[in-house]
Amino acid sequence: MAETGRLILPASRPFGLPITPVTALRIIIIVAVLVAWEALAASGLLYRDVVPSLGAIGKALYVTLKDPTFYFNLGTTAYEIAIAMVIGGVSGLAAGILLGGSKFMSRAYEAYLYYLGPCPKIIFFPVMIMWFGVGPGSKVAMGAISCFFPVALNVAGGMREIDQVLIRVGRSFRANTWQMVTKIYLPAMRHPVINGVRLGLGVALIGTLLAETKLSNRGIGFLVIQAYSIFNMPQMYALLIILFVIAIGANSLIGWAGGLDKIKRS
Amino acid sequence: MAAAATLAKSRYVPPALGILSLVVFVALIELLIRVGMINRFIVPMPSDIIAAFPRVILEESVLHRFLLTASEAFSASILVTIFGVAGGVLLHRYNLLRLATETWVAAIAAAPLVLMYPLYLVIFGRSALTIVMMGFSAGLAPVILKTLEGLAGTRRVLINVGKSFNLTPSQQFWKILFPAALPTIFVGLRLGLIFALINIVGVEFLINFGGLGQLINELAERYDLAGTYAAICFVILVSVCVFILMERLERWLRPVD
Repeated sequence: MAETGRLILPASRPFGLPITPVTALRIIIIVAVLVAWEALAASGLLYRDVVPSLGAIGKALYVTLKDPTFYFNLGTTAYEIAIAMVIGGVSGLAAGILLGGSKFMSRAYEAYLYYLGPCPKIIFFPVMIMWFGVGPGSKVAMGAISCFFPVALNVAGGMREIDQVLIRVGRSFRANTWQMVTKIYLPAMRHPVINGVRLGLGVALIGTLLAETKLSNRGIGFLVIQAYSIFNMPQMYALLIILFVIAIGANSLIGWAGGLDKIKRS
Repeated sequence: MAAAATLAKSRYVPPALGILSLVVFVALIELLIRVGMINRFIVPMPSDIIAAFPRVILEESVLHRFLLTASEAFSASILVTIFGVAGGVLLHRYNLLRLATETWVAAIAAAPLVLMYPLYLVIFGRSALTIVMMGFSAGLAPVILKTLEGLAGTRRVLINVGKSFNLTPSQQFWKILFPAALPTIFVGLRLGLIFALINIVGVEFLINFGGLGQLINELAERYDLAGTYAAICFVILVSVCVFILMERLERWLRPVD
């Protein structure tokens, strides 16, 4: 890991204000961006509404959050992502344990996962539509495919990192395969597993939502593309802000719940 | 047991098993379609897919599409390299700026930026520029973070050597910091370029414009099943070749770890 930078500046608070220079700079940057945005919106340099005023975005945010149809669509997307995470996560976990547990299997099959993993998954969407229809099924499939690869690769890597002593302890207690998985493997590699789930959630979210923007009649992705097609820019910005808050929030929540923030500090 | 261990250690047996499994799987699908267990209007026969390859390559001007996608990826990678490395250097140079914004950059790296493509469509139009900018946005954050990590990870002794030679700040950067950070910067560039490429092909497919991504969309909309599967296989093959190439390039460029 790289050495982290040290704060060279004095820890004193300038002008006697209860903020550090870092917080002050952050506030300055945010305010500058907001002012520049508002100036651009008012200047008329771009086409009307491409950069709507902050007031318009705030109003759209309020209207969207108050609208019951938004929660129906949010529920649909959340449901699709949840099922995708279960299918992709469990199959990824099984594949990872299988590959990480045996050198032979890993050398035979892991290269396929390793190189297929970064391929753009959305290109499978036409096939998924044919297999699972135009409804939520194809979106779940997209999410599950996206989620499978990071989980499988992280678990396989995690399996190889497990302390051999723990595995020998399990064997000497004559643990069967199920007991080995639940009592030794999973607890010993919880950090890589949680990291895999975290990455998996990120890509499952992308896979599901992109599929929704391409072809669907419900879900947040559908709302975004609908806002685009009727050129309701404030609503599109509002939806994107909500999406980013949810995505980044869920990401940090899993990291926090899994104790990833603690291992980084130690 | 001993025989199994020898097999596992063999250089050729495990990869051969991998290829064999793939062949068996494809043959099984072919068989299941022929006996009618799998609907051939949903999954085309693998033999049909293979037969569709020359048709797709010749009739759909694949070379032209490939060059188009490659040129978009190239433009995005130039932008990613210039702005990513410059951003990393800037954050390294100004520690206060780094402390204030590094977590933001990390959050952007983890954010699902590709979902902003409808916004890019409005701003840049349905053109190659949207695709390039989408690729650029996706690849930028990892390059900034890795450049910063490389520069900050320069060994203390190297910096002290520079100081004892009384180097100017510019000399210190070009002779010491930058060369020392180069291996990590390459890791960042590889990551950034892969992210850019994934997003470029994905957005091509989504907005039905441009090169290889659009090919899949077009064939699927024509309900050319064998052609769609062949095009997907082709795009996967191209991506895998690019990934392998980048990995080799990175290893060649950074002989010392």
